[in-house]
Amino acid sequence: MRTLAETLPKEELFHSGHPLCPGCPGGMMLRWITKTLGKNSICSMAATCMALPAMVYPHSLEIPCLYIAMAPSPAGITGVSAAIKILKRKGRIPADRKISVFALAGDGSAGDIGMASLSGAAERNDDGIFFCFDNEAYMNTGIQRSSSTPRFSWTTSTIKGKPEKKKDLPRIMAAHDIPYVATVSVAYPDDFVRKLEKARDMEPGFKYLHVHSPCPTGWRFPESKTIEIARLAVETGLWILYEVDHGSLKVNFRPEKRRPIEDYLRPQGRFRELSQKDIQSIQDRIDNRWRDMRN
Amino acid sequence: MGTHKMLTGNYAAAYGAKLARVEVTPVYPITPQTHIMEKMAEFIENGELDAEFVSVESEHSALAVAIAAQATGARSFTATSAQGLLYMHENLFVASGLRLPIVMVLVNRALGAPNSIYPDLSDSLDQRDTGWIQVYVENAQEAHDMVVQAYRIAEDKRVLLPMAICFEGIIISHYMEPVEILDQEKVDNFLMPYLPEHVILDPDRPMSVGQIVMDDSYYMEYRYQQQEAMDRAKEVIQEVDEAFGQSFGRYYGGLLSTEMMEDAEVALLTLGSLASTARAVVNHLRNEDGISIGLVKLRMVRPFPDQELSELLSDTKVVVVLERDVSIGAGGIVYTELCRSLNGRNGPHLINYILGLGGRDVTFEDIKDIALLSCSERHTTTIDNPIRWYQVRGL
Ligand SMILES: Cc1ncc(C[n+]2csc(CCOP(=O)(O)OP(=O)(O)O)c2C)c(N)n1
Repeated sequence: MRTLAETLPKEELFHSGHPLCPGCPGGMMLRWITKTLGKNSICSMAATCMALPAMVYPHSLEIPCLYIAMAPSPAGITGVSAAIKILKRKGRIPADRKISVFALAGDGSAGDIGMASLSGAAERNDDGIFFCFDNEAYMNTGIQRSSSTPRFSWTTSTIKGKPEKKKDLPRIMAAHDIPYVATVSVAYPDDFVRKLEKARDMEPGFKYLHVHSPCPTGWRFPESKTIEIARLAVETGLWILYEVDHGSLKVNFRPEKRRPIEDYLRPQGRFRELSQKDIQSIQDRIDNRWRDMRN
Repeated sequence: MGTHKMLTGNYAAAYGAKLARVEVTPVYPITPQTHIMEKMAEFIENGELDAEFVSVESEHSALAVAIAAQATGARSFTATSAQGLLYMHENLFVASGLRLPIVMVLVNRALGAPNSIYPDLSDSLDQRDTGWIQVYVENAQEAHDMVVQAYRIAEDKRVLLPMAICFEGIIISHYMEPVEILDQEKVDNFLMPYLPEHVILDPDRPMSVGQIVMDDSYYMEYRYQQQEAMDRAKEVIQEVDEAFGQSFGRYYGGLLSTEMMEDAEVALLTLGSLASTARAVVNHLRNEDGISIGLVKLRMVRPFPDQELSELLSDTKVVVVLERDVSIGAGGIVYTELCRSLNGRNGPHLINYILGLGGRDVTFEDIKDIALLSCSERHTTTIDNPIRWYQVRGL
């Protein structure tokens, strides 16, 4: 089997010297995305930490990138792909030219303020790939709770832990019956890139990739442990790697024996205040979810 | 010659957009604009216009889609009213900041609460600081013609700003008038395709559009350049009016138009459909009663014709601003703008009538009464209560 380093193009479209925090998984993600989609792509950016390496003057990705506002990054996909369609019909863009349109949003910009825009673009099946960079809080504004923050998690706006459960955005997106929905993790680059290639090469339509993205700054763990935490999320069964390809669900990775959720929670400062009862309730939820996922 | 049809203001505007060969049209329904959306969908569905119609899920997305499409090099068009316009607010600044010559029709409607579908110009006037060129038109023909002109003005390299064509809901949007639909071939000669150089999402020429500028980098220069573009728009608006007149035979005067203003002691200054009624009053008072009165029809609110107005009104004794809008706590919005134009000059007395809000009828007799009263005030040394709410019930 060839490794990712061998299969991905050598050319870098995302450059070093960017202002991401040490240990941020966003840098890896941006490299994999830009390498997989290549130069012939256009990005619509939301207000997220990812806008910093991509769009702070004079830094930028080596692909065209549009920032409109926090909410409408999916509408950016819509507008760009609509323009490409008509300009191809009119011969101003060569008809056979393949341009990948994608959007990058945080969990807050995707699932809270941008929910209507996201749902609208998905329902219209507009042509593009949407990435939700899920670091489970509003990180760019300094770690405030979002609908994607997990239950019991500390944030600066839930100092005693968030009472509500995490919103299951990939499942909501799958309910839109779009061609492709997948969950990915920065600890599983092969799975990430394979799914991205699949989305890239599919027929026109809306594809959704949800990236589990541990944030050392916001989750309170050492910056050297990003991949470890990301892997633990999958090995404990908390983050399930799956894809919904034209309506059919496939779980891509089933841990032989799931590790206890405590292994994932303990190293993270944001879960420091959890009681045994809280931990048990998370464990029960995971076990129930896997029972549902048996087939 | 174009063809003549009975059209509502809404349909007249939609025909204008079709003639301009718009390429992407994201629109969200709201009364009294909805007919524009429906007509555009119909043109595209029928194959009469080669464009992408996008049924967006909100006005916020409507303008975002227009921004993204325009930034990719397609000519974009949208339309809205009142609450829809305010829902777009954030993106209005984005469109102008990115220097995207998007054209939008704003069908003026009162803002809730209380909710009314009838006109009040406050919705679009409220957005005058967003960096859009704003023209106010008085009938369906002018709406039709201005959609075509708007693309040529907005896309001019000296300008590159978005532009809004504003007219009153129901009164102009819904009533039918005879309209000359311009000839497509002549419009094609008048308006070249949109081929952007300044902002383009093109993989062969990667650029960040809407990037973050930190601390003391170039934010201030961005804004200054917008101001310069707005200033240059004045001459472009005049040029395009002239070119349009030569091609199609109708001249609108550009920034503003006047009637019987030579030697006028009293001027009625207004915009939108009120201009038609005021014109009739001015003609009547001049011809029947020999009263020295004239009309200023304000067309552009952005760029505001400060210089032009201050020169035009230098010998006028009284200027009466009639307007269907209000900035609560200040007065009529056009009146407060005019105060700036005439600032520091020993100019005319200014009187402001706020009237017709929520579509309340403003008749010939109403304006005539106001005009006659104002004439009687031309010799006073000071004007009492310059800001007047006209015929408010219960006063
Ligand atoms: C309309 C609007 N409201 C608020 C903000 C401020 N804002 C900028 S980034 C951000 C947080 C983004 O969080 P998320 O989308 O989860 O992305 P992350 O920063 O975590 O990557 C917020 C609230 C904004 N830019 N626009």
